[in-house]
Amino acid sequence: MNAVKKLLGYVWMLIAPALICFLVYQAVEKISAAAEIQRANVALQWVIILLVFTPICIGFFIFGKYASANEYAQLPESSTEIE
Amino acid sequence: MIQEKKQNGIAFVIGASSVGTLIEWYDFYIFGMLATIISKQFFPADAGTAALLSTLAIFAAGFIVRPFGALVFGRLGDLIGRKHTFLLTLVIMGGSTFAIGLVPGYATIGWAAPILVLILRLLQGLALGGEYGGAATYVAEHAPQGQRGFWTSWIQTTATLGLFLALGVIILIRSSQGVEKFSAEWGGWRYPFWISLLLVGVSILIRMRMSESPMFSKLKSEGKTSVNPLKESFGHKGNFKMVLLALFGAVMGQGVVWYTGQFYAQSFIETVCKVEFIQSRNLMLWAILLATPCFVLFGWLSDKVGRKWIMLIGMLAAVLTYRPIYKQFLSLTNAKNRIEKIDLSKTTASEPKVVTDAKEATKIYVTQTFDTAYTDGAHFKYTKTDTLHLTVAYNADLKIDASNPSLVISKSVKPNVVIEKTMDDTTYWNLIWLVFIQIVYVTMVYGPIAAFLVEMFPTKIRYTSMSLPYHIGNGVFGGLVPFLGTLIVEFTKSPESPMGDALAGLWYPIGVASVCLIIGVFYLSNKIDKNVMD
Repeated sequence: MNAVKKLLGYVWMLIAPALICFLVYQAVEKISAAAEIQRANVALQWVIILLVFTPICIGFFIFGKYASANEYAQLPESSTEIE
Repeated sequence: MIQEKKQNGIAFVIGASSVGTLIEWYDFYIFGMLATIISKQFFPADAGTAALLSTLAIFAAGFIVRPFGALVFGRLGDLIGRKHTFLLTLVIMGGSTFAIGLVPGYATIGWAAPILVLILRLLQGLALGGEYGGAATYVAEHAPQGQRGFWTSWIQTTATLGLFLALGVIILIRSSQGVEKFSAEWGGWRYPFWISLLLVGVSILIRMRMSESPMFSKLKSEGKTSVNPLKESFGHKGNFKMVLLALFGAVMGQGVVWYTGQFYAQSFIETVCKVEFIQSRNLMLWAILLATPCFVLFGWLSDKVGRKWIMLIGMLAAVLTYRPIYKQFLSLTNAKNRIEKIDLSKTTASEPKVVTDAKEATKIYVTQTFDTAYTDGAHFKYTKTDTLHLTVAYNADLKIDASNPSLVISKSVKPNVVIEKTMDDTTYWNLIWLVFIQIVYVTMVYGPIAAFLVEMFPTKIRYTSMSLPYHIGNGVFGGLVPFLGTLIVEFTKSPESPMGDALAGLWYPIGVASVCLIIGVFYLSNKIDKNVMD
């Protein structure tokens, strides 16, 4: 089980930057395809999405890193193990 | 005797916490449900900057301010206590909701209107971000050992019941006033906002009588509360990795399942299936009412068999059945699958109604309604509006010369067609059943999650640590279901298929729930933490 967790950790580490690239690509495509009158509005939507999702993707990368380092092999059973 | 007193005590804690949380959800939902009227009154589309403010109000309130509220109030709750913090969020939410109902429209005060509404909406998002974590933590810290899932599940019902209350109030006022009066600048759409003041007032009075969480009080008396909850929650690797696990292994999937079942379903039935306004909302009300007891059922069950597998089975069921369910929505509401009545007139057409555009006198709208009845009792109404453009001839005095044969009428190429489908009883109950199934999935993923999150984190930083993943999972991943769903449908449109694949939008919740499911299966523990005092 721990080997699978570790292996999947690498998958999450790959997915995270891929998601950021995908979102940036989508943002550029949608903003440039928007009609002149709507462009500012579409740009604002995508800026908010990128602002919110970039830290989440970074978090996902860190999650993958922890998983690949087997940090989740044994989950804490009391709060003293967390602190 | 002592046991009975204890049960009464916890019942009061649950009641007082749940009523406040329910009202906060009600406040948050009415804005979303009245979005069309609100945007007309405060954010007119032809005023460019107002449309930008509208986007900010819709996007920022859910995606940025909610998680930010989780951090601000979570920190406060871990520093000064749960009771005062979630009392404060209630006051902010109630005050800003009431105030939205008082802001005059764009037509009266111009730019001030959208700016004020934006600020108030952001305050709503902020308050919501702080409320849930506080209520869930407070109840869990009062709950007897071995019953945490059961008691916190009452808090979990509030989000759904808040939706129920908001839907019910809006339908009631709209039905009693009629569409025109309801949508006027100072019309009935404002009443749900004003009602909030009364609800919040009662809830504040109840919450004032509550005492602080026993666990937090104990920590405080021992001087063991956190000095810097944000740093301890997200700066310490041991806790941060649990925050990430909570988000990606549970809340992210729960958020999309919740939003798909309760919001995407309603929007799909109304905008894609074109079921009539009142009927589409009534069927949601029935489904919610029938499925809500399942929150408590799964909360109770999670105390017996653990939280993990109930949540993950809910996600798996959603992943496997969303597409068949939505396919069935389309099939049940399709005109091709029913037979037109032939004993009566097959289609009745109204007299064309001619209206001249208020701004352009040369633009005329011709509206005609066609009503088709079917043998199963359903009837579909099609309202077709053609736009005619007149090229007017003038006489020597520069006045319109209607007698001049050079008066030309050109018709818009594409008429605007509004479809309203009123379903027969059998189809109506089938639709309720399909929504009910989705809300049962919601109850499976959402019922046990408060207890699950509470058990993951230590008392001194619990409010902060559980609030952030909860609001990212629900506010961001869940809140984006309608936007990303629509975006994915857009990808599938082509000249050969101008409508695209109506079911393609489901790939977003299915994808997110699948990833969450895999993470949950491999990384989460099913063990119930018996001691949450530490």
